Amino acid sequence: MTDIAQWLTFGADDTVDVRSGKVELGQGVLTALAQIVADELGVDVTRVRMHPAVTDVSPDEGYTAGSLSLQHSGTALRRIAARVRTAALATAAEDLHTTPDELVVKDGEIQAPQGESTTYWAIADRLDVPEEADPITTHTVVGQNVPRVDIPGKVDGSRRYIHDLRFPDQLHGRVLRPPGRDAHLLDVDEAPVRALAGVITVIRDNDFLGVIADDEPAAEKAVTLLARTSRWTHPAILPDDKSLSDYLTTAPADTEVRHDSTEWDSSAFAVRGNRPPTPTLRARFHRPYLAHASIGPSCAIARWDGDTLAVWTHSQGVYPLRAELARWFALPPSAVRVEHVEGAGCYGHNGADDVAGDAALLARAVPGWHVRVRWSRPDELGWAPFSPAMVTEVAVELADDGAIRHWRQEIWSNGHSSRPSSAGNPPLLAALHQGAPPIPSTDPPPPHGGGSDRNAVPGYDLPGLTVVTHVLHEMPLRTSAMRSLGAHLNVYAIESVVDELAARAGADPVEYRLRMLGDPRGRHVLELAAELGDWAAPTAEDHGRGVGYARYKNTGGYCAVVAEVEATTSVRVTRLTIAVDVGQVVNPDGVRNQIEGGAIQSIGWTTKEQVRFDRRDVTSRTWEEYPILTFSEVPPVRVELIDRPELPPLGAGEASIGPTAAAIGNALRDALGVTVRTLPLTPANVLEASE
Amino acid sequence: MRLTVNGVDHAVDRDPDTPLLSVLRDDLGLTAAKFGCGMGSCGACTVLVDGHPTHACDTPIWAVDGKHVRTLEGLRDHPLQRAFVAEQAMQCGYCIAGIIMTSVALTEREPNPSDATVRRALDGNLCRCGAHNRIVRAVLTSHSHD
Repeated sequence: MTDIAQWLTFGADDTVDVRSGKVELGQGVLTALAQIVADELGVDVTRVRMHPAVTDVSPDEGYTAGSLSLQHSGTALRRIAARVRTAALATAAEDLHTTPDELVVKDGEIQAPQGESTTYWAIADRLDVPEEADPITTHTVVGQNVPRVDIPGKVDGSRRYIHDLRFPDQLHGRVLRPPGRDAHLLDVDEAPVRALAGVITVIRDNDFLGVIADDEPAAEKAVTLLARTSRWTHPAILPDDKSLSDYLTTAPADTEVRHDSTEWDSSAFAVRGNRPPTPTLRARFHRPYLAHASIGPSCAIARWDGDTLAVWTHSQGVYPLRAELARWFALPPSAVRVEHVEGAGCYGHNGADDVAGDAALLARAVPGWHVRVRWSRPDELGWAPFSPAMVTEVAVELADDGAIRHWRQEIWSNGHSSRPSSAGNPPLLAALHQGAPPIPSTDPPPPHGGGSDRNAVPGYDLPGLTVVTHVLHEMPLRTSAMRSLGAHLNVYAIESVVDELAARAGADPVEYRLRMLGDPRGRHVLELAAELGDWAAPTAEDHGRGVGYARYKNTGGYCAVVAEVEATTSVRVTRLTIAVDVGQVVNPDGVRNQIEGGAIQSIGWTTKEQVRFDRRDVTSRTWEEYPILTFSEVPPVRVELIDRPELPPLGAGEASIGPTAAAIGNALRDALGVTVRTLPLTPANVLEASE
Repeated sequence: MRLTVNGVDHAVDRDPDTPLLSVLRDDLGLTAAKFGCGMGSCGACTVLVDGHPTHACDTPIWAVDGKHVRTLEGLRDHPLQRAFVAEQAMQCGYCIAGIIMTSVALTEREPNPSDATVRRALDGNLCRCGAHNRIVRAVLTSHSHD
């Protein structure tokens, strides 16, 4: 049972040791996975020990991304636990001279009707695990608000994040990032830096410039001095951030028709006679680059011993990072060990992999020593991959009665993934400094939910639909995956246009949506959000209420949001009501936390956030320049779950992002009568839309 | 230089300009307070100095010579800690040590703060995961965990 043992073993101290390839990002996934195993085995959840992902030991489950952890790892662990339980019942039945269906499992104790019993641990080494087994249908642990396993250690300070790891032979590294994009090092005077107290070495490799020191303040001082003793080219290569949407729609790009339906189901819509359609409604939407903006800057530790490399990282994928490091250093993958250690909240491909590259490259200069690298705040906000700036244009042909005949959605964007070992293998940041050629980001393929085109297909019953993407060749700013990818702007655009169409048709926005929403699960969340969000109630002056709906990736969780905003000197979200259906709910409180957290992050993206840059470099490098939502700006949020215990669990991390953004935009229109199509919804963008 | 941290006296032999956070984390092994920005603008490093919330990342140790420093590790089964568990008041938790220490100062000054007061007190503590409302609920209900 080697494949089983990689996932699940019985510990000597009456515990169940579980290894998932998915990693804890603050989303509570390890607790949810522990619940699934406990549920299926019939053991107390506190007996389940979740181990961090590490290469060669944990199963290879790729990335922890795309709201897929419960679908992937949860489903796999449930099947494995079912097989183990079935095997244990068979063995126990023999031992206890009865049949498996007579046995009852209580917290790992397998009891026969006549009172005799055994345990998983007593028979663990004698199990003959079948290839398949049916999972249980009555759940005792799944569906419960099991407290998160990681929280006690986070309230008493005992839990170690990657930033907190300390090895006895640990040094501190820092990398001097170039002073601009495509800036190249002309020369550097290393002598004054090497002369500083505590500095061990300076490492230069083409444009890669770093230091190693014996403590962190010394490394900080050294890298600050290095900035002064180095001279760089300073080219002006970035587009004008004041006309970013023009740049996006004119830069060289790969154009692809991602969806084209010419089969119009005219029976669903009254298309009368042969008259030409009413004039097209055309609307163009734009959002800027966005930053991950984790509270903890990226951090990693690396150590070389001969031709082997060990890395501690908060990457979303230990195996893909290993593949990338092995490729870069021309090592067999077996010579590289990558272990996950929790970092600060992670919402996509941030600087975690890059800083691991920094640490690995620096540590090569001091074999046998652990080298810890922690990015600065300005580097974190300036050099981690960004979520792409986008333009989405919607063009709609209407039938006479106001129903939609054809929907065309056209998107201009950089690719949404430059993850290690993804298509084309874009290099880590340190390798770029070494001189590796930049490779533009690409979009994940449609089976993975797409990237620029994520949720570009409206979730309504439309007779005609075309989706076209233009993925840019140039990548003046490095982009990669961030929570919901293109869905944030695509859903905003779709739902804004749907509201305009409802107004043209003289229909209530919720009622208009329901006319073209046949999926009962979609209808349910929309109706529930409207009901709980007091949809029909009047709003005060300068206040508005709006709705947004989407099924994430068109295959994931259903989510509808009713937002209320106050629009005076700025746009302030005052209330959110969210209804969500993510199939079977493994941990209701965990789902609420994810849905509410996603919604609050979306408020920030939609109303405030914007990566700023001049022609040379990113300029939004501090929390003052890249402000995120503060406690006083966070509105009350109600999350209502529709549990579907009979259906598979779907992810919750990203489902609320698009619908929340859309609901805010539509609420703003309700308040001011103005449609704002440029994000964020700052006073300047609102004013421009009003003129 | 002498520091009193969580009631324990420590002699510290470091450059007086060394940030307090570095001494806490690297010399004393008290890693609950986190580095977030190094500029005193995110609150992840918040500790209490003579009862006042202070950013340990940009406070040099000469400024706390002889003063009483309190960190999250100094709390033992504090009502706020119990309330944060009860409300499951975090996602990643990186900001939580700073948030709990800011809240300790607030509730010591004002045992029954209003929702708006809690939010104002925490406006200097950033949370990216969106756990704000849970955190506010935990602070508001902490007195019931006495």
